[in-house]
Amino acid sequence: MMRSSKYILIGILFGMTLFKAEAVSWFRIYEMFHFQSFHMYGIIFSSIAMGILIIQWIKRTHMKSTEGLEIVIPDKDKHAPRYIIGGTIFGLGWALAGVCPGPMFIVLGSGYTVLVIFLLSAITGTFVYGLLRKYLPH
Amino acid sequence: MVPQFILDAIAFISQPWPWWVAGPMIAVIMFLLLKLGKEFGISANFRIMCAAEGAGDYADFFKFDWQSQGWNLLVALGAVFGGYMTSHYFAGAEGNIAHVSAATVESLQQLGLNYQEGQVPLIPEFYSWEALFTLPGFMVIVVGGFLVGFGARYAGGCTSGHAISGMSALQLGSLYAVLGFFAGGLFMTYVIFPLIF
Repeated sequence: MMRSSKYILIGILFGMTLFKAEAVSWFRIYEMFHFQSFHMYGIIFSSIAMGILIIQWIKRTHMKSTEGLEIVIPDKDKHAPRYIIGGTIFGLGWALAGVCPGPMFIVLGSGYTVLVIFLLSAITGTFVYGLLRKYLPH
Repeated sequence: MVPQFILDAIAFISQPWPWWVAGPMIAVIMFLLLKLGKEFGISANFRIMCAAEGAGDYADFFKFDWQSQGWNLLVALGAVFGGYMTSHYFAGAEGNIAHVSAATVESLQQLGLNYQEGQVPLIPEFYSWEALFTLPGFMVIVVGGFLVGFGARYAGGCTSGHAISGMSALQLGSLYAVLGFFAGGLFMTYVIFPLIF
């Protein structure tokens, strides 16, 4: 029970943060892609800046996880096409839907039950990718 | 009788959070998951859900030990709770509105959407069951969802996995993915939006 509740609490903190920072708002994403406010860029840049410090701290101190193993951050593979093509398709969806996968769950929780259809569409998209994977350039 | 300091704390949390609180907080969430031996990436849940529903019969991509990834589903479930709690108990005096800039309100009006400054809702009207069968609603919810699910897995991650986790670990692949996110996003915003709305 304690094991499960930790992850739920982390999810609650995540949901609260993105909701109160308005990052779950379709209009904030619209504003970001029109370069009309620094707000979303501030969230992303400050998160990465803090993240870089955290990762360097983990690496330099050879920090161990709560399971007692050294924390390893696996390198992503180096082939560019999958990131550029996949990223562009994701970007088309992100701007259109105005929510990415995290905010999708948060908006669903705030009472917009129609996001269940969004979730089913996203699962379908992932499933179709899985089927087509061997034919797509990576 | 609820003690005053608790009411004060609720009022304090209920203010809109500035970017310099939210950004570092997201990095802290990534850290908490790393400390627990996990990797922060929400879109992986779509693959887990596919595998859990038996998609492994159709593609090897879904043949993996998805039970060991149950923690990620719990993070998503927590996000659902977080959205509920925040919208109901921490909405603040103004309610759930988006404090977008005057320039944004003006460009929304040019697109034919009727919004006034200071009254833009946090979540637009086309996120509703009624709007699902209109062109904007169908495009945003069904087509948008499909592209997000397809693209995230093709790129191997979404905003949390690449823009936050990957960029923080200085991964070149994640930089390419983020450039792709913006290329796609700008094309949608400037070329396709005027055709839909």
